[in-house]
Amino acid sequence: MTHMVPDLVDLTAPTWSPPHDLAEVGGVGTLPGRAGMSRRDFIKGVIASGAVVSGTAFLGGCVRPTAAAQGTVERLVSLNVNGQVRRVDVLPQETLAMTLRYKLGLTGTKLGCDRAECGACTVLIDDVNYYSCSTLTHRVRGRQITTVEGLESPSGELHPVQQAFIDELGPQCGFCTPGQVMSAVALLKANPNPTREEARQAMSGNLCRCGAYDHYLNSIMRAAARGA
Amino acid sequence: MADLLGKNFVPPDVIGKVTGRAKYAEDFRADGMLFCRLLLSPMPHGRVRSIDSSEALRIPGVVAVLTADEVPSIPAPGNPILTNEPCYVGEPILAVAAISETIAQDAIARIKVDLEPLPFTVDPLESLRPGGPNARIGGNTVIRREGLQEVKWTAEDFAAAEDGALPMGKPTTEWSYGDLESGFADATLVLDETFVTAGHSHHSMEPRSAMAYWQNGKCYLHGSCQSQSSAVPGVARYVGIEPENLVFVAENCGGGFGSKGGGYPIMSIPAHMAKKTGRPVMMRISRAEEYFLGSARPGFQGRIKIGFRADGRITAVDLYIVQENGPYSGFSDFTSAAGAVSIVYTPLAMRFRGIRVLTNTPPRGAQRGPGQNQIAAAVEPLIDKAARQLDLDRVAIRRINAPDNDSRYGGNQGPITSAYLRDALDLGAKRFDWESRKAQSGRRRGSKVMGVGVGQAFHSAGSSGFDGLVRLAPDGKLYIHTGVGNLGTYSYGSTSRVAAEVLKCRWENCVIVRGDSSRHLPWNLGQFGSNTSFTMTRTNYAAAMDAVRKLKEIAARDLGGSPDDYDIANERVFARSNPSRYLTYAAAARRAIQLGGRFSGRELPDDINGMTRASATALAGTGLIGVAKDNLERTGTVPALAAGFVQIELDLETGKFEILDYLGVADCGTVLHPQSLANQVKGGAVMGFGMATLERHIYDPHYGLPEVIGLHQAKPPSYMDTPLNMQWDAVNKADPQNPVGAKGIGEPLLGCAAAALLCAISDALGGHYFNRTPVVTDMIINAASAKTQSHKPLQVNTA
Ligand code: FES
Ligand code: FES
Repeated sequence: MTHMVPDLVDLTAPTWSPPHDLAEVGGVGTLPGRAGMSRRDFIKGVIASGAVVSGTAFLGGCVRPTAAAQGTVERLVSLNVNGQVRRVDVLPQETLAMTLRYKLGLTGTKLGCDRAECGACTVLIDDVNYYSCSTLTHRVRGRQITTVEGLESPSGELHPVQQAFIDELGPQCGFCTPGQVMSAVALLKANPNPTREEARQAMSGNLCRCGAYDHYLNSIMRAAARGA
Repeated sequence: MADLLGKNFVPPDVIGKVTGRAKYAEDFRADGMLFCRLLLSPMPHGRVRSIDSSEALRIPGVVAVLTADEVPSIPAPGNPILTNEPCYVGEPILAVAAISETIAQDAIARIKVDLEPLPFTVDPLESLRPGGPNARIGGNTVIRREGLQEVKWTAEDFAAAEDGALPMGKPTTEWSYGDLESGFADATLVLDETFVTAGHSHHSMEPRSAMAYWQNGKCYLHGSCQSQSSAVPGVARYVGIEPENLVFVAENCGGGFGSKGGGYPIMSIPAHMAKKTGRPVMMRISRAEEYFLGSARPGFQGRIKIGFRADGRITAVDLYIVQENGPYSGFSDFTSAAGAVSIVYTPLAMRFRGIRVLTNTPPRGAQRGPGQNQIAAAVEPLIDKAARQLDLDRVAIRRINAPDNDSRYGGNQGPITSAYLRDALDLGAKRFDWESRKAQSGRRRGSKVMGVGVGQAFHSAGSSGFDGLVRLAPDGKLYIHTGVGNLGTYSYGSTSRVAAEVLKCRWENCVIVRGDSSRHLPWNLGQFGSNTSFTMTRTNYAAAMDAVRKLKEIAARDLGGSPDDYDIANERVFARSNPSRYLTYAAAARRAIQLGGRFSGRELPDDINGMTRASATALAGTGLIGVAKDNLERTGTVPALAAGFVQIELDLETGKFEILDYLGVADCGTVLHPQSLANQVKGGAVMGFGMATLERHIYDPHYGLPEVIGLHQAKPPSYMDTPLNMQWDAVNKADPQNPVGAKGIGEPLLGCAAAALLCAISDALGGHYFNRTPVVTDMIINAASAKTQSHKPLQVNTA
């Protein structure tokens, strides 16, 4: 019994399409019910702003730009990142993760999935944690963006959450760690004294394949106890 | 000052991890960098008839197209770099480089690839049937030393198996020891069970992106790799250059779990593209691509017959495993599984037979406890089944079969170095309060019921014969060069501390040199196979002892007497009879440079590897060089063993369960670094919970299309799948064949937890055995309501 593939596969499909509509994936912010942009909003945003092929374009995990009408969005924007205003040339479909990583050199923000599944790209927007891979840069003009690079004090002292992550040896491979740190900072800003269960819930948008969850929770509880 | 082992410390790389300064492969940039994208096979098996890139190459910004004909071809059954015979959906056929990723992707959309569809299969048994499809042109199995072969079983082989039982035709691998027949004849109870363990992806958080460029004839490659030195020859081969012309940077690796144990073929694509275009090339791998080409654990269709005496002692085991291998070389999971059975249960007699069968699913590679952990998940619940039938305690039946230092391993029944699994069971049972928890088993609370489980697992965890390289510099610091790699266990650090311990150096005065092959690193085994703690403590010990000898010789020359008159302490070498006669390490390093010869690395031992020789030569004249091959005695397999204990509450109506408590206990010899061991015990358990109840490949058997290409489908465990409190412990008994008593441990920590959880689920269901992993929610509901399962007993890649 030999199966043959029917000759119906579309070789021109630019990337693999997941079998499920990505729009159903759910909220983008990792704190449910907060000022989160939904995945559907995000996709609408891409469409509304038009997709442009340019010499500095990148593929997002869910953004599939094809040659289309030239967008009308102002490209040179001011972003407030880690307390500094940065002027940057941003494409209409560009995600915040790509702006941070490839335009501003802030590679502490990681990309684990580029499609709102893992939390490696978590940054703070006005103190709330967001998946930067699924946030359009154009949508965060005028907002305060904080990345992992912006947590240390001006004198170079680690943020108490970072210090607690070291003291408890939170990370293993470390790839999810910046995202975990950012979600932990957001949690403690919103709830300085979480129970372990509350911390677990708040952190649940951040995956860790190394399974360092228990050590991360220990880190967060330690940071909370120190009044981070 | 000394006494470093067994103490916590801050591994240097953890700072970069929490600040974001740690650089992973995709974090590097180079001027003029191009981006490359891959054209992936849309079908599970096909042959490229023609490729027309002309239209794509006319797109402004497209720089080059790279096909399989332009890269080194990897002899079958190896995993190719690019291919004209794609063997799974998502396999890279060609690559395009452009000034931006979107342009590269648009170009791929305009390339016309004419593909001839070929027969395919996603089920090993289907391929083994007479006339069944082969996953590759030229065969359906890989035989050791013979390569790609075709094996078909007869219709009689299939007919001989009872309904639902594994047919057992001609194996390609076989071994046995002891008298199997009399073993079964002596048994009070014989279980004969067929089982399936699902294949599943590694899904490391860091996709295997890579960046490469060429400078002065050398290729600089930033790759995501668990290993450093040991990966260099393989990567160089894929790039098509001599190892000395490769600068390989792998300072941080965002998870590999075996899938990035060495260099892998696609890592070389940006190097080839960079050569072709004369520009640096970044290749970003997407999450979906990671599910295609990022490696996976092979699945098993297996059958095991086990004979038990009335006291639970296992008299005989007959094991048969059909391994779903993916289309390429795969990994030796099935034979490792058999080895694990031989040592975890020490059966008086055992036979193993097995065959790997190629399928048109992702290439398989070692995944944390490759084989040992699948078999732990399959067999441990059967041990419970026997305990129930023989009315024995579940810890007791494991104790009576547990190995000790005189136990033997595998088909050739070779010796082992040490085994304290019984101690781990005892320690765990005590700490977990097994007796009183056991009494809660089956207790109801509404629709919820309590279950408890114990599980065990094994992995061979140590090697020998690699090199150590340390340098005492005129600045008084000890530079410890390590080529092992950085998977995220911090063992590169804890094993480096052995050199500091031997040389009695303050840890603050030590510098670990690693992460980049141009930093003069020794030849070391890779960071895989739970071997680092055993292997690297030995190399660092050997190099440090060499440095101690040289310190004493220099002191004797300068201060009189013989080397034996001297000792070391406080970063000084001093006369035992008069400690005020001494040389500081800094002074000794300066003297070593003046003396030259073997003191400063200008003369080197004959038995070190060429890579170590080159590194030591580059360092020659910069200090006192300690360099040596690990020639310490090793006469057996090094067992890493672990026991896990789980308590769950399972909802019979929803099929959901909550893990209330977990305890993992390690037999890893002497503990080197408690904090990282704790993280390994718990992290391994989290992966184990995923393997036991969440993660699996799903393939459409009619079109060979994967259903699991996103994290939300593949379901690695999240915070919410992890117990709120996890505990750990270690036996902490020294292994006699390691200078500091250490053994590795990473892998069985997954298997023992997977097994314990599966046993706890069975326990909550009153002893229902699924004979399949993962045990997913609908299987639990079906079992709880006595419905038949939706899968057939031997079905694989099921939804
Ligand atoms: S990279 Fe943004 S959620 Fe995974
Ligand atoms: S530490 Fe490796 S993924 Fe979290």
